[in-house]
Amino acid sequence: MRDARGHIRRLPGLRLWLSGGWLTFLVLAAVFAPLISPHDPLAQDLFAGRLPPFFEQGADPAYLLGTDSLGRDVLSRMLYGARLALIVALVAGTLTCLIGATLGLIAGYYRGWADLVISRFIDIWMAFPPVLFAILLIAVLGTGLMSVIIAIVVIDWTRFARVVRAEAMGQGAMDYVASAQVAGRTRFGTALTEILPNVLPTIVALLTLEMGIAVIVEAILSFVNLSISTDQPTWGGMIAEGRTSIYQAWWVLVFPLFALFLTVLSFSQLGEGLKDHFDPVLR
Amino acid sequence: MSFLSIQDLTVQLKNGMPLLRQVSLDVAPGEVRALVGESGAGKSMIGKAVLGILPKAARLTGGKILLDGEDLQTLPQKARRQRIGARAALIPQDPLTALNPSRRVGPQITDRLVDILGWKRPDAEKRALELLEEVHIQSPDRVMKAYPHELSGGMRQRILIASAFAAEPKLIIADEPTTALDVTVQKQILKLIREMQQRHGTALLFVTHDLGVVSKIAQSLSVLYAGKVIEETTVENFFASPSHAYSRALLAATPKYTDPEGSLTQVPESVIAAVEAEVAAFDDQVKAGSRP
Repeated sequence: MRDARGHIRRLPGLRLWLSGGWLTFLVLAAVFAPLISPHDPLAQDLFAGRLPPFFEQGADPAYLLGTDSLGRDVLSRMLYGARLALIVALVAGTLTCLIGATLGLIAGYYRGWADLVISRFIDIWMAFPPVLFAILLIAVLGTGLMSVIIAIVVIDWTRFARVVRAEAMGQGAMDYVASAQVAGRTRFGTALTEILPNVLPTIVALLTLEMGIAVIVEAILSFVNLSISTDQPTWGGMIAEGRTSIYQAWWVLVFPLFALFLTVLSFSQLGEGLKDHFDPVLR
Repeated sequence: MSFLSIQDLTVQLKNGMPLLRQVSLDVAPGEVRALVGESGAGKSMIGKAVLGILPKAARLTGGKILLDGEDLQTLPQKARRQRIGARAALIPQDPLTALNPSRRVGPQITDRLVDILGWKRPDAEKRALELLEEVHIQSPDRVMKAYPHELSGGMRQRILIASAFAAEPKLIIADEPTTALDVTVQKQILKLIREMQQRHGTALLFVTHDLGVVSKIAQSLSVLYAGKVIEETTVENFFASPSHAYSRALLAATPKYTDPEGSLTQVPESVIAAVEAEVAAFDDQVKAGSRP
């Protein structure tokens, strides 16, 4: 009857726990940033400039992770920066996924002229260098949260479209799709019940990967001062500011960089873990 | 009056290369007709043309397919889908790829009853349980809730057979249904298809390259070579005295269980050359316009 695999419930795995743990922590930190921040992230105190983090000599216990050259609290700025990073990750990632996956599904399953148009578009799109393209877009749209999200969606939808198209093509050739069509299913119905559920694990993995990429793109744009207005703390902005004083105050650069690294890594690991979890054969 | 009547069916690749050359054949209600031929002879292509699932690269360029006396090609696409769905079903070749891996088995059977016959879910589920019992699956209620990967190949083929018979089609096309299974299971599945076919009085178009299988299940057969029917006869006549030289060679090439040590016979090259020449002559006639 059921084979042995059916009875073994594997643990979600260390990977899923660690990445999920960090991201949960980040979400909580972002949501409750106004409550838990020890300082106003924008308040400057020139007398408390470049204070080291708590474990170094000369640290002020009021500033756990130290201050930057203008005397702003690094921890508070990071907490508020997490809000922006997560908003960009969720909104830009989801929009990119919806648009890219839909186009990929249409191209891969319906084929024909729709595929021709979408595939040529992908080819042309991918010939642009992405970061330059983003900078160009922001220059046209103006800075701001919306512009950053639009730029990410416009650039990255091809990542989804290409992969989902290939997967949908593979699924479309399966016998169960032919069977469903013989049984009088409409093409749209077939796409929903036969193709989409089998492409979903891939879409989920790509989505989390894309969220990581969105965080990086936002940081890159902040780094070149093209993201959100300068009075809103972002990790990329902190890295850019910290760069100028790296020999005097390394902590201004290193802490946000580390948070960025952990977040992007967690997103990609979460995706891998979820993919295994979603796959009916591996489950 | 035959239930399925194919007349001068021609299917070509988009570049004009013929896959089926004016194929004609009939299947009477309750009849089992085998389609035999080597790989690439177009056996499966006939089934796909009837069911309206030709691959994208192939096109139906001539001839008629009458299903229950109705010319399918003259119908608009949606009506054609519905007619085919209500009257015909497919038992596919590979049970491992013929069930959707991300859906439970139950809904994949009941879908047909809901889609084709407009049944309500609970009724369809009851019927699906009966069908699973009919194909000798033990504890069908558990199987309904299982995912395909939890079941063996033989079980999955049984499910596909149950699902093909679900909406009581008058015609079933079985596309080499035992090829992907191992020999012991093959025999059971073959017996099951025969049993179901007789009980339901379904016409069966049985695609195979195994003449041993033909002798067990079919009443009549069509021999295909390069998309052309080169012999059409009853099974008795075929095994007693095949009329075409290629059929004779094909029969002679069947391995004998009585002589397991004997070397395998191939179809002689001279026979291949003769049948190739026949097909070429046919193509010339079509080109010259002396055939429609």
